[in-house]
Amino acid sequence: MTADHGHEAGRRPGPPADAGTKRRFELLRQMLRIRRFEEKCVELYSAAKIRGFLHVYIGEEAVAAGIVPSLEPGDAIVSTYREHGHALARGVPLEALMAEMYGRITGVSRGRGGSMHLFDADTRFYGGSAIVAGGLPLAAGLALADRMRGHRQVTACFFGDGAVAEGEFHECLNLAALWRLPVLFCCENNLYAMGTALARAQAQTDLALRAASYGMAAWPVDGMDVLAVEDAARQALGMVRDGGVPCFLELRTYRFRAHSMYDSDRYRDKAEIEAWKERDPITALVSRGRADGELTDEGLAALEEEIAVEIERAVEAAEAAPMEPVADLTRFVYSERT
Amino acid sequence: MPSLGADMDAGTISEWLVKPGDTVSRGDVIAVVDTDKAAVEVESFDSGVVDELLVGPGERVPVGTVLATISTAAEQASEYPPPTPTGPPAPQQPAPPESPPPSPEPAAPPRRPPEPPPAARTVPVASPLVRKRAAEAGIDLASVHGTGPGGVVTREDVERLVSPRATGRVRASPYARRIAGELGVDLSRVTGTGSGGAIRALDVHAVTERAGTVEAARAEEGGGTAPREATGEERGETRQEGLRRATADLMARSKREVPHYYLSTTIDLSRAMTWLRERNREVPVEERLVPAALLLKASALAVRRVPQLNGFWCGDHFEPAPAVHLGVAISLRGGGLMAPALRDADGLDVPELMKRLRDLVARVRAGRTRSSEMTDSTITVTNLGDQGVETVFGVIYPPQVALVGFGRVVERPWAVGGLLGVRPVVTATLSADHRATDGYTGARFLGTLDRLLQAPEVL
Amino acid sequence: MNEKRVTYREALREALREALAGDDRVFLMGEDVGRYGGCFAVSLGLLEEFGPERVRDTPMSESAFVGAGIGAALAGMRPVVEIMTVNFSLLALDQILNNAATLLHMSGGQFNVPVVIRMATGAGRQLAAQHSHSLEGWYAHIPGIRVVAPATVEDARGMLPTALADPDPVLMFEHVSLYSTEGELGGADRQVDIDRAAIRRPGRDATLIAYGGTLVAALAAAEELSGEGIEVEVIDLRTLRPVDDATVVGSVRRTHRAVIVDEGWRSGSLSAELSTRITEQAFYELDAGIERVCTAEVPIPYARHLEEAALPQPAAVVEAVRKAVG
Repeated sequence: MTADHGHEAGRRPGPPADAGTKRRFELLRQMLRIRRFEEKCVELYSAAKIRGFLHVYIGEEAVAAGIVPSLEPGDAIVSTYREHGHALARGVPLEALMAEMYGRITGVSRGRGGSMHLFDADTRFYGGSAIVAGGLPLAAGLALADRMRGHRQVTACFFGDGAVAEGEFHECLNLAALWRLPVLFCCENNLYAMGTALARAQAQTDLALRAASYGMAAWPVDGMDVLAVEDAARQALGMVRDGGVPCFLELRTYRFRAHSMYDSDRYRDKAEIEAWKERDPITALVSRGRADGELTDEGLAALEEEIAVEIERAVEAAEAAPMEPVADLTRFVYSERT
Repeated sequence: MPSLGADMDAGTISEWLVKPGDTVSRGDVIAVVDTDKAAVEVESFDSGVVDELLVGPGERVPVGTVLATISTAAEQASEYPPPTPTGPPAPQQPAPPESPPPSPEPAAPPRRPPEPPPAARTVPVASPLVRKRAAEAGIDLASVHGTGPGGVVTREDVERLVSPRATGRVRASPYARRIAGELGVDLSRVTGTGSGGAIRALDVHAVTERAGTVEAARAEEGGGTAPREATGEERGETRQEGLRRATADLMARSKREVPHYYLSTTIDLSRAMTWLRERNREVPVEERLVPAALLLKASALAVRRVPQLNGFWCGDHFEPAPAVHLGVAISLRGGGLMAPALRDADGLDVPELMKRLRDLVARVRAGRTRSSEMTDSTITVTNLGDQGVETVFGVIYPPQVALVGFGRVVERPWAVGGLLGVRPVVTATLSADHRATDGYTGARFLGTLDRLLQAPEVL
Repeated sequence: MNEKRVTYREALREALREALAGDDRVFLMGEDVGRYGGCFAVSLGLLEEFGPERVRDTPMSESAFVGAGIGAALAGMRPVVEIMTVNFSLLALDQILNNAATLLHMSGGQFNVPVVIRMATGAGRQLAAQHSHSLEGWYAHIPGIRVVAPATVEDARGMLPTALADPDPVLMFEHVSLYSTEGELGGADRQVDIDRAAIRRPGRDATLIAYGGTLVAALAAAEELSGEGIEVEVIDLRTLRPVDDATVVGSVRRTHRAVIVDEGWRSGSLSAELSTRITEQAFYELDAGIERVCTAEVPIPYARHLEEAALPQPAAVVEAVRKAVG
């Protein structure tokens, strides 16, 4: 589905679909797909189909949608426990992601990881790490390997504002700058480390400034504006890939739901949440598309329909998928030698 | 699951002594429960027929769990003469004897057999526990001479027959046990040369080399019982450790939570000792009294007069106890401590108290405490005089609020009215919970105790 | 190639040199491994030979460079990461436990981590309580990693290539007291089998189990006991995880007695694990209680006499064996 679909419907003929229009529609698709997937996860969690910890990305979709598709196929991604969006944007099959939520053998991690630990070798998706800042050293090592072998690949490393308080963050930014490692550090600053507001945990809340102190390019980006994120990502990736240096983006964003399923959300004002929802990146892009005549109601409905079908099929497949046999519990503790 | 102590949250059924269909009467011992602290016999608080056992042996359940259901219909059967049977004969009981048994509370009180005895054969009366023990040991009860009241077979009667077969646990290494089994060597005939006399493989080999296989084969006959005895012994060790741990927990809790204060006074016992001596001269040896009985009685009476020390601290307030159940601290062979209750000690005369005390000590040391004795002590008395100690500063058993300690009765120079004499004296101490009382109350108790002991004849 | 006499340190260096020369995926990184030549001079000269890309001095950032080693391994490299001492490795424990040991399983078999992490362990050089502990037993608790402890010059030479050939993380513990010990080195590129414990001295009367630095004390004790007519079988565990039960239990089945020497603290130790395994698998072979000689449960003190008193000494091993033999 593209914007052409609406054009063909012919009710509100807009300007011809240029490359920019197509691109914006693609961004909308990415964000909407993440939003609807997360909403389904919330529903399934409430029905006890999904268990454990579940951290959804609702509100932050513009970050993944703006950055991840800007990567090249051979690039690597290291993420956190709030990583469904990154995986979806990366092209990890939605069906395999949903199966992982269900803990099935057909899940991306064969049911061993769950929501917080999605892995996919095909897309070099090196997982959600549930240790805050625990993924940064891996990203440095992946980048080191690529650089030592003369590859032009980049490692994108996602983490939250909470990670900036960890020692590993500072060790890794220093190491990456010192060794000129091709890492794009993507700090998703949603203002809360679980329930602790940024200003209550960090003396200097300008996170880009702190990254810059290690001698790398670093700047803040409006993480609720997918187009701004995409622009920043392209610029930063160019510096990393061509300049052979790390780069740091502070993506100022907000999660609309609790930290994980069912926290009491007592630490945030309702008014604050509502104010951020006014800046919903999906709503913003839809409004803009409509105003510009790029997006029709039919086009949007068709997109919604396409996504709903994909998700429903994934749920059906997950429901029907087999479990890993308990006999295989200890498989993959060590490599299987042939 | 009854609460068998303030510190008990759960218990394990170690055995049922009744089965569905058995008739039980109020007060019958129906099960043995392991509380970590002791194996306690559980009494039935109802009369009737056992419907269903809901908790199996080995199961650990919280206090308050229903263990079994008893249909009280049978209670009527015991209260009224059985009607002429019209249907199939149901298990029924003869009416309880009108006169109470001669001994007030023997270890194994007489029990009515749960089933009508076969007419042709006389099976002596025995409690379910005794029956079970006899069955386990393969002893026919009909062959046992009962020494209990009215010819009742007591547990001791059965144990006497069992014990000659029971040997002490053999200390042997696992390897020595294994090869002894393979070679048919009876470990009880092997002399161990290992540490602590443990039998090791070379000791087993020495026997076979010395005796040859014929002797070894003969020795095999007696070998069968050893492992079973070992198991029992091992369980005993575990219980002792459990007891230690339970004591440790309770005492630690006491020292952590209870602000103790301590008072001490030395009491002139010359009148009490004189009275005892004279009284003991008149009675047979087995009825003689020891000073401890007087001290206990005096303590019970004193605490009745100072009731602020008799009861429990419940969270944030003191609850006086309606009766005086004197907890008596008894040390166990092989370590550990229990403080079962002498119930209504203030109402017993001294000879009766003495008798109860003897019975209690014997049963506690034999590991046979009744559930009612394990609960509800309202104040504890500890007497370490036997150990040569002069003064005891005890730790209170929560939730009780006081503990009385007595040392040894010693002769000391004693001045009265400006004249010096030699008198037998005892040091009495009071450990009390400062949340419940102040030193003034404690002092009143010790003063009362002193006065009471000056008039032994009215105790 | 003729046998030659080398130190444990030289044997490790030789193994590193060969690995760096033979496989361009291999690189060495750690604090002061380059210019300084290694805290214990193991990598002396390698920077000059292989350059700063492959012999990388790192900042004092244990978590970052150990994690980077794990990340590079994920990407197909064969990093050898050196941590100065096991005490410092605790700063990287997150990476070792939460990433290296878990990634393969957590990813459903997609990502193995062929990293080798070397570190010095143990006491004996009066380095006091933050440089002297023996925490390899902790690491041996963790499924997903392999833990080895070369105790001889030959193993120092041969374990590294075997570890580098392993597709999973290998932690190599080098006892500080061994670096200057000398021994014979056999053939040139012989990998050693790290799946098997080694019987370093055969005997019939008791099995004496040791590893790494404690092997020295065990062998000394065995020699002394031999003078009394007690022949002890000395087993060098070599691999602390997974433990070679078959060799240990097989020996106990022959001798019926076991004595374990462990430089870790007794409580919750490797010696406790071994003791349990023996009773689980050979209870009815035991003719005496299992004896353990462990480090006193104190932080290792500086003063020489106190440090010696804290550590498992040959005399204590002799005493324990005498007690077991009775």
